Amino acid sequence: MPAVPRSSTLPALALRRVRRFAAPVLGFVALTALTFLGLLAITFFIGRVVPIDPVLAVVGDRATQEQYEAARQAMGLDRALVVQFADYVWQVLQGDLGRSVSTNRPVVEDLARVFPATLEMATIGIAIGVALGVPMGVWAAARQGSWTDQVIRVLALLGYSVPAFWLGLVGLAVFYAGLGWVAGPGRIDIFYDGIVPPVTGLLLVDSLIAGDTGIFMNALSHIALPAAILGFFSLAYIARMTRSFMLDQLSQEYVTTARVKGLSEWRVVWIHAFGPIRVPLITVIGLSYAGLLEGSVMIETVFSWPGIGNYLTVALLNADMNAVLGATLVIGAVFIFINRISDVLYRVLDPRSR
Amino acid sequence: MSAPLLSVEDLRVSFPTPTGRVEVVKGLSFDLGRERLGIVGESGSGKSMTGRAILRLVRAPGRVAAKRMEFEGTEIQSLPERRMRDLRGARISMIMQDPKFSLNPVMTVGRQIAEALQAHERLGRRATRERVLEMLEAVRINDPERVASMYPHEISGGMGQRVMIAMMLIPRPSLLIADEPTSALDVSVQAQVLDLIDELVRDHGMGLILISHDLNLVSRYCDRIMVMNAGRVVESCAASELHRAQHPYTQGLLAAVPRMHETRPTLPVLDRSQWSGT
Repeated sequence: MPAVPRSSTLPALALRRVRRFAAPVLGFVALTALTFLGLLAITFFIGRVVPIDPVLAVVGDRATQEQYEAARQAMGLDRALVVQFADYVWQVLQGDLGRSVSTNRPVVEDLARVFPATLEMATIGIAIGVALGVPMGVWAAARQGSWTDQVIRVLALLGYSVPAFWLGLVGLAVFYAGLGWVAGPGRIDIFYDGIVPPVTGLLLVDSLIAGDTGIFMNALSHIALPAAILGFFSLAYIARMTRSFMLDQLSQEYVTTARVKGLSEWRVVWIHAFGPIRVPLITVIGLSYAGLLEGSVMIETVFSWPGIGNYLTVALLNADMNAVLGATLVIGAVFIFINRISDVLYRVLDPRSR
Repeated sequence: MSAPLLSVEDLRVSFPTPTGRVEVVKGLSFDLGRERLGIVGESGSGKSMTGRAILRLVRAPGRVAAKRMEFEGTEIQSLPERRMRDLRGARISMIMQDPKFSLNPVMTVGRQIAEALQAHERLGRRATRERVLEMLEAVRINDPERVASMYPHEISGGMGQRVMIAMMLIPRPSLLIADEPTSALDVSVQAQVLDLIDELVRDHGMGLILISHDLNLVSRYCDRIMVMNAGRVVESCAASELHRAQHPYTQGLLAAVPRMHETRPTLPVLDRSQWSGT
């Protein structure tokens, strides 16, 4: 260790320490901000390029030329694009995404209502996918060629090829209409609707905060089926990827080394072979989570789920540009956020990337 | 000679191919005491598979069969996997070829060595750590504390191979298989690593099987030499008797070794038609 120079007094050392930890954090923030600005630019220009006239959407097609021009000026669409973009960024930063034409409410309010619905379902879905998919993939790889491997592979293939809406309808027919194990479409039964004060927007969490187990159980029985179906799809993908990553690792030399050392098969598989695949797995899990958070339009439609996928589809069909851009922005932000978290996890899990 | 450490009779290793099973080791027999045996052969001669077969680490679909394969008087072919695991590392160990691939990239060196010990001995944290540091010192690593906390990508190849040796010798096995332990290293560190293996093997009175393609190297570090070609042993002799080799393959190999101050204008190449070779 190099001797500490005399000049480095305590404050100097403290400063160096702060710098060492502050630099990555600042870099992280700057990179995130830059990516977000890029996202804003893309949504903004998409909004300008699509062949939908936002003015016409407001004034209707029977407006006179004067009315049209007045509305256009009022909306600020006659200004230079750069000015409009700066204005857009400024508005977004203030949390203003404009007003939705179809719901006649601020888009931010709409999103605060629909996004938690999707978040709730996607989170349970990905939790199921990870909790079952990863062990299944590892298990299949460790017993490559056995009947367990075959069963898992067929399951994964089904998850790839079965259409979501079909599985949703069959699921409803069997578990709701037939067996009555779960509740039907929607987030909650109508007589429970709007009782618990929205804190997080997640019904399961809000009902627990309010201490109402009746509502919690009702919400749970509503979310169980669609979340399980999403879980099945992500399970299929995650299990498949885990299996192929593991097969690759199991043929590596250091896995043989671990066996030579006389370690148990459990340690060989879960500590030695699994260790290095955590990084690529994070990518896979992150991307499927982001994909679920985008809102599965099929599932949300079949289950009348008031989520962001449904909201975005309705907005698109109504040429509701503010809503479309707002929802796109949220989805983009979700991707950025998940990517940033993955990056942090890479560093924690892989010493080579530090 | 006392009872052999390892006794192998008619060892066969085969792999399936589209045209039927192909034997890569065809009836190998040898006895090994607490001595140093060199197995020499070209790529694909079956020498590495021999090493792995002794540890029962030939992966499916490869198949191992032998009339007899006894280690310290115990038939290891019929041992249940659990008992075999107790043997691996603790009694028979193997140094792998390339530290770049044979060390786990996401685990510190110290933990990997400690794990080899903990698999066979119940020791407290402190005692384990002491043994690890002691072992790292034994393989001539200068700053064991620091190296123990490093990851494999942070150390050099020569150091990696010394870590490998530490890892494989820490449970004090009685037989060490070294599968091309230096072929991935710079020539300058090869001798260091081999001298180290040699010294530790002698000090602990272990048996050594040194697998290599380098005839010179093997004759320098071993007492006895087996030359393999296409899955068969073609020559088996004391290292000092190598120059009196009988088999045309061995003679051919020896003839092809360049010598200092020699005047031959061209080095002879192997004439494979001389034996029923490939």
